[in-house]
Amino acid sequence: MYALLLMLPILLLVARLIYFYTLQRGRPEADVRNMRGPRRLMVILGSGGHTTEALSLLRALDTKQYRPVTFVLAETDTTSAVRAVAAWDGMKDDMKFVKIPRSREVHQSWLSTLLTTGKALVSAFPIVYREKPDIILCCGPGTCVPICLVAWLFSLLFVQRTVITFVESICRVQTLSLTGKILYFFCDIFFVQYESLSHSWPKAVYLGRLV
Amino acid sequence: MDRGTVFATVGTTSFDELIEALLSDSFLQILHDKGYRKLVLQIGRGRIEPVAQETRCGVEISSYRLKPNIQDDLMAADLVISHAGAGSVLETLALNKRLLVVVNETLMGNHQTELAENFAGEGFLFWTTVKNLPHDFANIDWLKLKKYQPGRPDLFASYMDNFFGLS
Repeated sequence: MYALLLMLPILLLVARLIYFYTLQRGRPEADVRNMRGPRRLMVILGSGGHTTEALSLLRALDTKQYRPVTFVLAETDTTSAVRAVAAWDGMKDDMKFVKIPRSREVHQSWLSTLLTTGKALVSAFPIVYREKPDIILCCGPGTCVPICLVAWLFSLLFVQRTVITFVESICRVQTLSLTGKILYFFCDIFFVQYESLSHSWPKAVYLGRLV
Repeated sequence: MDRGTVFATVGTTSFDELIEALLSDSFLQILHDKGYRKLVLQIGRGRIEPVAQETRCGVEISSYRLKPNIQDDLMAADLVISHAGAGSVLETLALNKRLLVVVNETLMGNHQTELAENFAGEGFLFWTTVKNLPHDFANIDWLKLKKYQPGRPDLFASYMDNFFGLS
C-alpha cells in the first residue's frame, strides 16, 4: 500500500516528463500564446564574444513586447554590464543585473567544475524564481547551464513556464559547444548559425547567420 | 601620409606573443613603410606593461589593458589587427574596417579558429599566425576583401514573435 503511495508521485512525474517532452517543449502551446502583456526576458551574458552575440540579438527584439530584461552575469565578468547598458539605452528603466558564480573558468579541471557547477545551480534557484522570466535567451557561456536547468525544472513542475532559447555561437561552424550539447536536450528553441550543424542536430533551427 | 592608424586588440584574455611581434622593430618598420604612423594596442591581461606613449621607427605607440568599450578605438582605426575572438571580429567587421586576424597557435584546435577561417573563406577578413604575421602583413592585397555581410538578427526576432503569437 505504502509502496503504491510512493510510486504515485513518481509515476505522475514520469507522465509529466513524457508529456512535456513530446507535446509541450518547443511548441507554441496555449500556455505560451496566452501570456498577457510584454514577455519578461532573461538574458545570460558571458565574457567577450558571447555578450556581443546576445546583445545584437536583443537589439532586434521589439522593446514594447519584450520587457523588462534581467541580465545574468558571471561574478568575475566586469565589462558585460557596461556594454549592455550602452547597447540598449532605450531600456534603462527596465533593466536589471544579477550575478551568479561562474560554472567553469577556461582551463578549469573537470572535478572542480562539478563543484562550482553545483554552487552555481544552488544560486540559480532564487534568481529564476524571483525573476519569473517568460523567455531565457542564452548564447553559450557556461553560466547558461544552471539557469536553464532550473528554469526547465520549474516548467516541468508548473512553477513557471519559461521558454528556453539557445543560440549557438557563430564560432561553432563544425561542432556544438559543450553548453550547446547539454542544452540541446532542455531548451525549447535551439538555433544554429551554420547549415551543416542543423543536419547533424535535427531539432536545431537554422535561419542563416544571425549575428 | 600621416593618417594611418592601426588598432590591435586581444580581448579580455592575454596574447603576449602577438603584442611582442607587433612591438618588434622589424614589424614597426613594415608598418611605417606601409604608411601607418600610429599603433594603438589593447593588450589584455598579459605580462607586458602598457605604455602611455612612445615613438619608435616613426610609429607613435600607445597601449592599455582593458576598456569596457573599444568602439571608439575601432572607429578611429584604418586597420584592425585582432585575436580570433568572435566579439572583436564581429564588432570590427560591423564597422567595415580592414581586419587581419592573428590566430593564437597555443590554442590550436580551439574552435575560435573556425570563425576566422570561415569568414576568410567568405572574403571578409584575412587571417594569419604570429609566425607568419610580418610576411603575410607585408603581402596582403586589401583590395581583395569583399564587403562584409552582417548577420540577420531580425530573422531571430520574427521567429520569436511568431512563436509567441505576437505580430
